[in-house]
Amino acid sequence: MAALRIRDLHKRFGPVEVLKGIDLEIDSGDFTVLVGPSGCGKSTLLNIIAGLEKASSGDVEIGEAVVNDIQPKDRDIAMVFQSYALYPTMTVRQNITFGMECRRVPKARQDEAVDRVAKLLQIEPLLARKPGQLSGGQRQRVAMGRALVRDPKLFLFDEPLSNLDAKLRVEMRMEIKQLHARIGSTIVYVTHDQIEAMTMATRIAVMHQGSVQQFADPDTIYNRPANLFVARFMGAPPMNTVTARLEGGPDGPVAVVGQGADAIRLPAPAAVGPDWLRRPVILGIRPECIAEPTRYFSEDPAATMTISAPVELTEPTGAETIVVLRLGGEKVLGRVAPDVRMPTGAVGRFAVDTRKICLFDPTTERLIA
Amino acid sequence: MKAARRSPGEVLPLLAIWVPVLVSILYVVGFTLYTVWIAFTPSTLLPEYGWVGLKNYVAILHTRNWNIAAANIVVYSVCFLALTTFLGLLLAVLLDQKLRGENVFRTIFLYPLAVSFVVTGVVWGWLLNPGIGIQKVVVGLGWTDFRFDWLVDRDRALYCIVLAGAWQASGFAMALFLAGLRSVDADLMKAAQIDGAGPLRTYRRVVLPTIWPIFIAVFVILLQFAIKTFDLAVALTGGGPGISTVLPSMVVYDFMFQRGLLGRGSAAAVLQLLMLVAVLVPYGVFRRWQTLKAARNA
Ligand SMILES: Nc1ncnc2c1ncn2[C@@H]1O[C@H](COP(=O)(O)OP(=O)(O)O)[C@@H](O)[C@H]1O
Ligand SMILES: [Mg+2]
Repeated sequence: MAALRIRDLHKRFGPVEVLKGIDLEIDSGDFTVLVGPSGCGKSTLLNIIAGLEKASSGDVEIGEAVVNDIQPKDRDIAMVFQSYALYPTMTVRQNITFGMECRRVPKARQDEAVDRVAKLLQIEPLLARKPGQLSGGQRQRVAMGRALVRDPKLFLFDEPLSNLDAKLRVEMRMEIKQLHARIGSTIVYVTHDQIEAMTMATRIAVMHQGSVQQFADPDTIYNRPANLFVARFMGAPPMNTVTARLEGGPDGPVAVVGQGADAIRLPAPAAVGPDWLRRPVILGIRPECIAEPTRYFSEDPAATMTISAPVELTEPTGAETIVVLRLGGEKVLGRVAPDVRMPTGAVGRFAVDTRKICLFDPTTERLIA
Repeated sequence: MKAARRSPGEVLPLLAIWVPVLVSILYVVGFTLYTVWIAFTPSTLLPEYGWVGLKNYVAILHTRNWNIAAANIVVYSVCFLALTTFLGLLLAVLLDQKLRGENVFRTIFLYPLAVSFVVTGVVWGWLLNPGIGIQKVVVGLGWTDFRFDWLVDRDRALYCIVLAGAWQASGFAMALFLAGLRSVDADLMKAAQIDGAGPLRTYRRVVLPTIWPIFIAVFVILLQFAIKTFDLAVALTGGGPGISTVLPSMVVYDFMFQRGLLGRGSAAAVLQLLMLVAVLVPYGVFRRWQTLKAARNA
């Protein structure tokens, strides 16, 4: 069953079209992450789902019912804000019960619900405090508590972790993911952080300039990005994209990167159509698909190809070493094992995982194969 | 050497500001102290430098004028504060609904503040005068029983000053409240909307409590307005009918310049100053406490 369906949704602020025809269908129990750069319209979309903002055209359905003209309070949703939006003059307990108070839930049931949520989020000792007396992480928990106490059809999160420091952010990320696994609720989660998206989501919608670029599970988004924007936005460091020329070969199509003696010939995905032969394409390859020559990618020996390329720079990060190399004259990044040291300026040997090569149309920037 | 390195553009304002600062200190602090001293002397038309202790204060506190004025200022302050705060808050909340032409309304509501108190007093005097003002108009329209003669009613004339004062000051209160409302995080309202709170509950439980420091500031500023009220009341009622609407500032004026009793007038002025101090000192302490608390929380 679709917990949330969005059909051809447009939003204009004056002359500016901020959302340009959004279509999404989110299943019950899914953890959907809307990810995209700042200003791409994520918060606007979330506010429209919540009913805090009106769409210029298009439909929003929650639980199979069109809610375009329904007040936020009657949409059976709960929301966690980036600023937490805790009521500063109320105690934590009052913050959590305010919604129930507005809905005239009996006092005994309110207390029960607060106890349940406080236990779940381990905020029992904080209930009598005011938000001003809490740390950032505690405020974040209280904001989640206010949402969880309602048991709604849909949870909406707008960058809930972006005000926390890096360490706390990683902890809360895991905690929210576990919470979702435990209570099985439907969540729409907005972030600009692609790592948050990859780690938490069951489905990711990548947004850019007011439209959804790709809506798929994290593996597909990462390995088969629908276009160059998604390829470059997801992953850190991002996917390498270099221009190449497609040629036919005895074992299927070959992508040639560079000219003359420097040229590197990489096997292209077999699925590429014959009309692309002898035409320029953009070849995408993730940095982790370029590694030290002893790397074992797969049982299939054809998956790995060894190449030589000049090393421009190495950046040891501790967990791995990032190598800047020249692939057929184009600058690309590779990720080699942490203890591998490659002399700068020398020619190094690299193993390339050829299964994960993507090809994009240079004019439309869409994935070809 | 150090001053030489500064550009003339920096030095000039520093030089220029010293003159007004010195003059202000001389006039404000100097003459305040002088008045305090005069209040202890037997001065009449001209200053005399004897010492009479608290005699002037005792005498003032026993005049009927002062006692009526003291009672009036309490009633006036409370009513003026209540009405002005209410109107200011109402206007601010209405203006906060993102209406079109907000700037126009804001200017209109703030405009009375730019009008001289005397003008306000005179115009409201006409409006409230039963012979030429609102009463006459309504009677002329056919409601011949209509009476609105508070201005000439001993027990009600004071409320006419409240009305005119509130008209003049509520735009100012509105500006302060509006700034406060605008500083409230918009997400708070969204959260309240999702929680299911209607507009009334949102203001009462969420928005207004978060701007309570603004309320204190508005109260204090209005209260010191009220205590100093002089020209408005003089132009509107002149203390009448009879002496039913005299205010402390009018008593000061009366003793000093009408009756030529400088000692007594100064004593009344000092009493008025003490009222202001009673309002401003606790507020100063409160502000200091707030800053300290903010510094500790940061
Ligand atoms: N109330 C508004 N009026 C005009 N423009 C707005 C308004 N709200 C958002 N925008 C614009 O819409 C775009 C998308 O904003 P937003 O949804 O907040 O982006 P995101 O959350 O992805 O960073 C931005 O360019 C922003 O300037
Ligand atoms: Mg946003």
